[in-house]
Amino acid sequence: MIAPRFSFVGSGRPRVDAGDQVSGRTVFADDMSLPGMLIGRQLRSPHGHARITRIDVRRALALEGVEAVITGADLPITYGILPVSQDEHALALERVRYVGEPVAAVAAVDAETAARGLELIEVEYEPIEETASIDEAATDRVLIHGEGLGRNVHRAASLEFGDVATGFEEADHIREDVYDFRGSTHAALEQHAAVASFGTDGRLTIWSSTQVPHYLHRALEKVLELPAAQIRVVATPVGGGFGGKTDPFSHEIVAARLSMETGRPVKITLSREEVFYTHRGRHPVLMWVRTGFRRDGTITAMHFRTHLDGGAFGSYGLATLYYTGALQTTTYRIPHYKFEGVRVFTNKPPCGPKRGHGTPQPRFALECHLDAAAADLGLDPVTIRVRNLVEPYSTTVNYLRITSCGLRECIEKVVAASGFGDKHGKLPPGRGVGLAVSAYMTGAGLPIYFNDMPQSEVSIKVDRGGGVTVFSMAADVGQGSTSVLATIVGEVLGLDPATLAMVTADTDLTPVDLGSYSSRVTFMAGNAALEAAERIRDTVVAAVADELGTTRDVLVVGDGRVGVEGAPEKSIPWPDAVRAAISRTGPLAASGSYTAPTLAGPYKGSGVGISPAYSFSAAVVEVECDAETGHVRVERVWLAHDIGRALNSLLVEGQIEGGVYMGLGEALMEEQAYRGTLHRGPSLLDYKMPTFLDVPPVESILVETVDPEGPFGAKEVGQGPLLPVIPAVANAIHDALGVRIDEVPITPDKVVRAMRDLARGGSGRVGPASVPEFDFGRANRVAVPEGLRP
Amino acid sequence: MMRLPAFSLLAASTLAEAVEMLRDHPGSTVIGAGTDLLPNMKRRQVRPATLVSLGAIPGLVGIRRDDTGGWVIGALTVLGDVARFPDLPGALRAAAGSVASPQIRNTATVGGNLCVDTRCSFINVTEEWRAASGPCLKAGGDVCWVAPKGEQCWAVSSTDLAPAAIVLGASVRLVGPGGERTIPAADLYRPDGIDHIAKARDEILTEVSIPPLAGLRSTYLKLRRRQAVDFPILGVAAAVRTGDDGIVEEARIVLGAIAPAPLRAAATEEFLVGKRLTPEVVEEAGRIAALPVRPFDNTDLGSRYRKWMTATFVRRALRELE
Repeated sequence: MIAPRFSFVGSGRPRVDAGDQVSGRTVFADDMSLPGMLIGRQLRSPHGHARITRIDVRRALALEGVEAVITGADLPITYGILPVSQDEHALALERVRYVGEPVAAVAAVDAETAARGLELIEVEYEPIEETASIDEAATDRVLIHGEGLGRNVHRAASLEFGDVATGFEEADHIREDVYDFRGSTHAALEQHAAVASFGTDGRLTIWSSTQVPHYLHRALEKVLELPAAQIRVVATPVGGGFGGKTDPFSHEIVAARLSMETGRPVKITLSREEVFYTHRGRHPVLMWVRTGFRRDGTITAMHFRTHLDGGAFGSYGLATLYYTGALQTTTYRIPHYKFEGVRVFTNKPPCGPKRGHGTPQPRFALECHLDAAAADLGLDPVTIRVRNLVEPYSTTVNYLRITSCGLRECIEKVVAASGFGDKHGKLPPGRGVGLAVSAYMTGAGLPIYFNDMPQSEVSIKVDRGGGVTVFSMAADVGQGSTSVLATIVGEVLGLDPATLAMVTADTDLTPVDLGSYSSRVTFMAGNAALEAAERIRDTVVAAVADELGTTRDVLVVGDGRVGVEGAPEKSIPWPDAVRAAISRTGPLAASGSYTAPTLAGPYKGSGVGISPAYSFSAAVVEVECDAETGHVRVERVWLAHDIGRALNSLLVEGQIEGGVYMGLGEALMEEQAYRGTLHRGPSLLDYKMPTFLDVPPVESILVETVDPEGPFGAKEVGQGPLLPVIPAVANAIHDALGVRIDEVPITPDKVVRAMRDLARGGSGRVGPASVPEFDFGRANRVAVPEGLRP
Repeated sequence: MMRLPAFSLLAASTLAEAVEMLRDHPGSTVIGAGTDLLPNMKRRQVRPATLVSLGAIPGLVGIRRDDTGGWVIGALTVLGDVARFPDLPGALRAAAGSVASPQIRNTATVGGNLCVDTRCSFINVTEEWRAASGPCLKAGGDVCWVAPKGEQCWAVSSTDLAPAAIVLGASVRLVGPGGERTIPAADLYRPDGIDHIAKARDEILTEVSIPPLAGLRSTYLKLRRRQAVDFPILGVAAAVRTGDDGIVEEARIVLGAIAPAPLRAAATEEFLVGKRLTPEVVEEAGRIAALPVRPFDNTDLGSRYRKWMTATFVRRALRELE
């Protein structure tokens, strides 16, 4: 039973929650108010690194209106998103490791009283030596985790696929470059908020703006020592996540603990400043890359080194570390590849995953490096890329399985639409175009904690009136996942997606989905929804065949009816069909699930980077640069994206535009910057993001390759389109002015510095001179996958 | 959400009443639209116990020509109206139109912008941030984090209007308990990030007068990272009168947002008089203007960059006035 044509898939349709969102009816976590609710606030460390020598909350507790005060001693159990990085306390115990780390918390009758309560908490600190940067972490200093002196290394990795020495010997030209990506934060419009309510029945309910209700559920179970069955996590509609709401957070645990303490609901909404300290944003990464090329541009070997500034805690950092080395091979064939990376701890807010998670930094380096190599070899940017393109249905040297791949078509389309060939190197001074490409995972191949259960489960139940309710724990973070699931189920059942009841992201009501991260929901929850919907459809079709005295194979489901195609007299309305099914087989409900195929390669670290499918993107950026002020005006962006199949073209274009704008912000202005360990300006006035006047029109081009494993062939679009934008901007600036800014963000002062250097006869490059010395030890040598061996 | 500290709000219905309220309430201050004052209060940079609102006082809004052919602009006129008023001098319209965003320009006032507090990345932050850095001079501490060896506050004059008003030879009317006085706009500012304005606490700036142009052409250029929202990190106002032969008879150049007060580029002005605005002259004028400028690292982008841009922006302003 395959629908002869799509009724809903593909067309551009408004999100199912669009009306509520634009009319202000959506209830975000901070909009909630419960009877007797208290306001919680956290006291935060003013020191980058210090021992807590005394903490006294008695005066705060004595204040009228303060109902509870807690400190680290009340929440001694550690947690963290990764099982190997259980290094956080909800409130610091004994030591603070960054300015803004929560130290104590108050629940009070209102915000003013809570603030006064915080002022009355006495904390004495004994400052200790801080580590503020990658360079400082490369020397022996006071350890941030542990005692004594040493290098503040979180983790290092060293992998060699094939034999790079041989590869470099085969090269006609070898090029080395050093790049710096300074790191940024998500700056989602909605500040994190959580409301916790511990009931008289001993059950805890928490409503939180989280992307990962399941992982929060597990963290609360651990830290609060409550059985999971007594905890209900509801992910409220998220006003932008971008990876910034994928860790379990202090304020969630603290709100829960304060509610348990007081027996009253407690709400904590972070201030914008607190959001900057909560961070988990893009890691600053210092990079060194060495690549061997044949004369025609073919890559013979690549050696890539990354140094990540992780901030004070682990968060997702171990995964981030491996991501900075994993996806270079997904766009270009690299026969011999060596990756060395190290993540260090510094006394700054912890870095984590931001849209593209660990891959925009190396992608920036790689795409600028390729343009520079092309210039060395007398090749144009298109040729060097096409020469090395990865093939569809192939395996990379680091064992990543590529299925559908429309990268070649993405490049062709974006080059044609932008007129790149007529513009590159040919526009008047100050104007330029840049090209870059990328790939991204459609869902992490493995869950964050080891288990053999499905990565996504979806249930559907059908009411006697024909109403369909879909249950999924996937959290809609603005990307439209709820609408996507509705489209899939609606397509299968022949029902308008807007008429389905969607119950999402509630651990009491919905079966598990791991969360809205790693671009996994459309593919994984989508496949689970597809399976569940097909089971419902099959049950209904069987009943209708029985009812009509015909066979199943002639029946179709569509337009709200089930019956023989082209014979209205032999079809019945959906509600009648449902009743026929319930009469014959009982309650009409079904579940489906998705588990990714086993994909990991034969080496440690191979769990990072694997995915059941990869999306591909190509971007051309056109800029007009003011050579005197260094101001870069982006005139237009063309972005072609291999989406597999667009389930809803409007949502796809929305994600492309959002990714492009975020990429432009990172390319040109956004930086989570510090003076030592103190954030330079934790506000949206000081943290520069583009305004409407700073962003150009974006031309989105959808390339459909119909992935064999995606739901209806769909792949991801939430993260991929950001990736090529940043290097395309850098390459366009080089085309416009002849300068190379090897450091992101490319701010006007850097452009002017490069222009002045050029004027004095220099190379016109601004960027880091080198990466710190680090002994990565002997690489883990991994044999090239069988099919790739010479 | 950042919350305001508690304060009393007094609404004056006449100027005299407003002056009385200011005099009688120690620690009180004037509020116009509050677009700058209220965020500063939320960050606890200032904690006035009492705000005296001027909103209900008649006669403080509007732009009119006076008998001499000049203009008089009421202190509560919103910046958007100045930007949109067709026959006002170019520098003033450009400056008013460059402030913040359309929404803010439609509520923020001329008087408020002229009196806007100086800004610094060590003061325009929350109380908690300042506690982490340690309070600076302007926050009541005993060190300027921007120039720790000195004893002066280097917070930056951040009014877009002032440089424009000064090159246009504007004056401001101040009404206080002792009566009223009119002073040149240039005299309203002091080179001290804390004590930056020569207006007593109980004086009210009621209007700005701009004399007839007498052949002056003017412009204002603003340096900032984004095309909206941001405060200036350099503002260049220039006004030039040339004779029929193209020779500069008078030049006025004022640099904003580069020091605690607007800086008159006197040497540049002197250099320009008697010369044609040839490319060589313009080039040299920019160089001379940037020479004495010593910005600090207390705004967006670097101090060196802002010094370089001083030369560039002065040249661009002059080219506009060729």
